Amino acid sequence: MVNQQAALLRPETLIAEFKKIGVTHIVTIPDSETNYLYELMQEQDWLSVVPASREGETFAIALGLSVGGKVPVCLIQNTGMMESGDSIRGMALDAGFPLLMVVGYRGWNRHGVITDTAARYTEPFLNAMGVNYYLVETDEDAERISIAYEEAKTNNRPVAILVGDEYHGFNRI
Amino acid sequence: MINADDMFRTFQPLREDALVIVTGTAGKHWADHTTKQNRDLNMGGAMGHTTPAALGLALGLPDEKVVLFDSEGALLMNLGIIATIAGQAPKNFVHLLMDNECYATTGGQPVPNAQDINYAGMAKEAGYAAAYSFDNIEDFATNIGKIMQETGPVFVAMKIVPEVENEPIGQRTRRPTRSRAETIRTLREELGIS
Repeated sequence: MVNQQAALLRPETLIAEFKKIGVTHIVTIPDSETNYLYELMQEQDWLSVVPASREGETFAIALGLSVGGKVPVCLIQNTGMMESGDSIRGMALDAGFPLLMVVGYRGWNRHGVITDTAARYTEPFLNAMGVNYYLVETDEDAERISIAYEEAKTNNRPVAILVGDEYHGFNRI
Repeated sequence: MINADDMFRTFQPLREDALVIVTGTAGKHWADHTTKQNRDLNMGGAMGHTTPAALGLALGLPDEKVVLFDSEGALLMNLGIIATIAGQAPKNFVHLLMDNECYATTGGQPVPNAQDINYAGMAKEAGYAAAYSFDNIEDFATNIGKIMQETGPVFVAMKIVPEVENEPIGQRTRRPTRSRAETIRTLREELGIS
């Protein structure tokens, strides 16, 4: 029998990964599924949370932060990522700086049929933009965040983390 | 209305060591007046996103004054950014808007509700520390020195004479501009950022 609790992705795990890779700013649009993560991020004295009004802003803000020597992460949902196409193109890919995109994979499910078009188009969108991505579902996947950031630094490009646990505990203790 | 070239000539002596970002058709005139190119940044790349890039710069370099000369067409594409800026409240940020009431580079078509938008009013109500509007160079010249010393974020809306371009894109005379990558590299060298 699978231990469901042990299979969760805990927000604390993400925070630990962010600290390990030296993240200074989280530029984000909060959503209900990541509310506990949002609260936890705000408690960290080494981390600044920058709430944006629209996801496209996050990539441009991240560029400015990067120019200033900071290490930003864009934390958004897949719906907003798709809305951000021109910003990802012009402010992230064309600018060419290391950027971790942590993207809530709304609608994705390992089992059964995916009916939410937000999930259906997420990976085709990233492939079209030429942005590599890693799926993170549980704490055991967390090291992929560091791997993704190393790849971003090596190639001076954005790399995405798709958080596939959105509806299964990412918002819980 | 204010001639952009006159406006930049007036602003230049008051710049001190501020980092300056320009955008829009009128922004080209800054190149004729700047004396500190290493502190000028080209942050363009996606229309509407120079503003959040300037915010990011202000947040990333809190000890440097950041001055953005924005355009109203670009701001309208991403108007929520004024709430984002107000929420972050960067004390080192001066946001000037060059409002020529049109998309000058595409032939002068008016922006939505071109003549009746109160941009300074929107910025003030969004939560900027202060907001001003100018429609003549004399008032701008009288006040900009004091405004540059205020605690940000400060917003300055200016009515600017449109410089409409109607020639086909390929036939327009383009002045040499420094690329975004070059301006970023020289600024980071200037500030000692690795």
